[in-house]
Amino acid sequence: MSNFSASRVRADTPEFLRVINDHPLTYLDSAATSLPPRSVIESMSRYYELRHANVHRGVYQTANEATDAYEGARHAVARFINAPGGADEIIFTKNATESFNLLAKSWGFTNLKTGDVVLVSEMEHHANIVPWFQLREVCGIEVRFLKVTDDFRLDLSTLDDDLRGVKLLSVTGMSNVLGTINPLRELADAAHRHGALIAVDAAQSVAHAGLDVTALDIDFAAFSAHKMLGPTGLGVFWAREALLEAMPPFLGGGGMIADVRTDGYLPARGPAKFEAGTPPIAEAVGLSAAVRYLEALSLNDVVAHEKTLTADALARLESNFSGRVRVIGPATTEARGGVISLDVVGVHAHDVAQVLDEFGVCVRPGHHCAKPLMRRFGLVATARASFGPYSLTADTDVLIEALEHAVKLFG
Amino acid sequence: MSNLDDLYREIILDHYRSPRNRGELTSPPAHRVEGFNPLCGDEITIDLLVEGDAVTNLKLSGHGCSISQASSSLMSVAVKGRPLDDVRHAIAQFRAMMLRHESVLTEEESTSQIERLRELGEIAALAGVVKFPVRIKCATLAWNTLSQGLDELA
Repeated sequence: MSNFSASRVRADTPEFLRVINDHPLTYLDSAATSLPPRSVIESMSRYYELRHANVHRGVYQTANEATDAYEGARHAVARFINAPGGADEIIFTKNATESFNLLAKSWGFTNLKTGDVVLVSEMEHHANIVPWFQLREVCGIEVRFLKVTDDFRLDLSTLDDDLRGVKLLSVTGMSNVLGTINPLRELADAAHRHGALIAVDAAQSVAHAGLDVTALDIDFAAFSAHKMLGPTGLGVFWAREALLEAMPPFLGGGGMIADVRTDGYLPARGPAKFEAGTPPIAEAVGLSAAVRYLEALSLNDVVAHEKTLTADALARLESNFSGRVRVIGPATTEARGGVISLDVVGVHAHDVAQVLDEFGVCVRPGHHCAKPLMRRFGLVATARASFGPYSLTADTDVLIEALEHAVKLFG
Repeated sequence: MSNLDDLYREIILDHYRSPRNRGELTSPPAHRVEGFNPLCGDEITIDLLVEGDAVTNLKLSGHGCSISQASSSLMSVAVKGRPLDDVRHAIAQFRAMMLRHESVLTEEESTSQIERLRELGEIAALAGVVKFPVRIKCATLAWNTLSQGLDELA
């Protein structure tokens, strides 16, 4: 029997105390960033209050404590995503975007040459598109796109043909616009059959669908702490240990070296090779706390809760607005997470979001950094509502009421 | 909903629903200029016909939210057929209106603000946008694009 209680998660999350335009906060923007529980915020405060020191250098007690806390975060993340090689496979970056840049500029630059293909999909975030275009400018790779079907799924009908000549398949685990959850194990098997590696953008999926890199048999993953109840300013890059060992450093500077002389340098081994400069220590401590919090909730229960909310919201959007509000994403919760993009016919997403704000409802209007996907469906912008573990059916009630007002206002 | 009423004035909704001067002009002789708001994806294309010292005609196309559409429609009505000096003056007045919220203006500034609003006529309906800082870029897109077009022709 599950002990999961969304109301308790909400009680743990201080930002829900806010009142916006005389309404309680209805936060439906967890796909952009999640609201951290008090335990995450307090863990970072405690670090700054009691054991703030730089890592990996001092011999004094607080420096050791800081180092233990920072390295402890690596262990927590490795456990959370079931990294086969453990903590040594966890690299801390600034965000998921930087993780993709690390992948493209370190692994890609070394392993790809003119004519090699990187296969992405039409539903990718710009973070998993632009670094490949940049690499194309440098070493002449080809960037190819897997199509998205009219029912918002990856078109896998010609996957074997699409994978011809591909060295890397780089796809999202869960679309930040459509909510579509992609069949990663099937994609990993297909990529490996063709001698390609597979990278996964897990920014959305890590805390809303789960990420078990061993079970999925993938090779690289990228995600951000702030989308999994942690702080901003910290991302994760995961790769198999053997791949990491063969990759050159990314950014250069202090911390990433074994030796520096006047005629050159020798890079460090292990995660340090990719972590130049003082890392985001407090943020790593916060991520550690976020992982512990999610583990205590049980991610399976979080996923089940968000699925229930999504099914209810999809049904009510359909029955209350019949045709006036289009959901840009799968119509059922089958392989689908709690990201619901809305196209209110005849009303621009910015105007929808503006009216919703008046009700204290936080949704995101815009192209969601996925312009190729928006073009694919002939859209300029959508208003996107997304759930988190603290979301309640009452949030959908307010969303529907506010949407009714928007529809009425713009006639 | 008093805040929203400040933003979505009836004139704005009217111009959004029935935008004026929509369409395209043959270019050349018209000068085509495009403006983008990369953050929200709004786009505007202005076909501008300048003859002698006046904007004799202009047509607008593109897409955007109600504020950007209404602002461009109101702008087109205000500048069509007007001497270039008047058009540049209107652009300057509009930008000034978008700069600061009246609650932070000195009395002297507020007097000149009121005069400016009178001068702007219907366009003053957009004054409420200043209370919604993230929407200011929606309102100014058309004006900045027009200004860029005039600079290119100068």
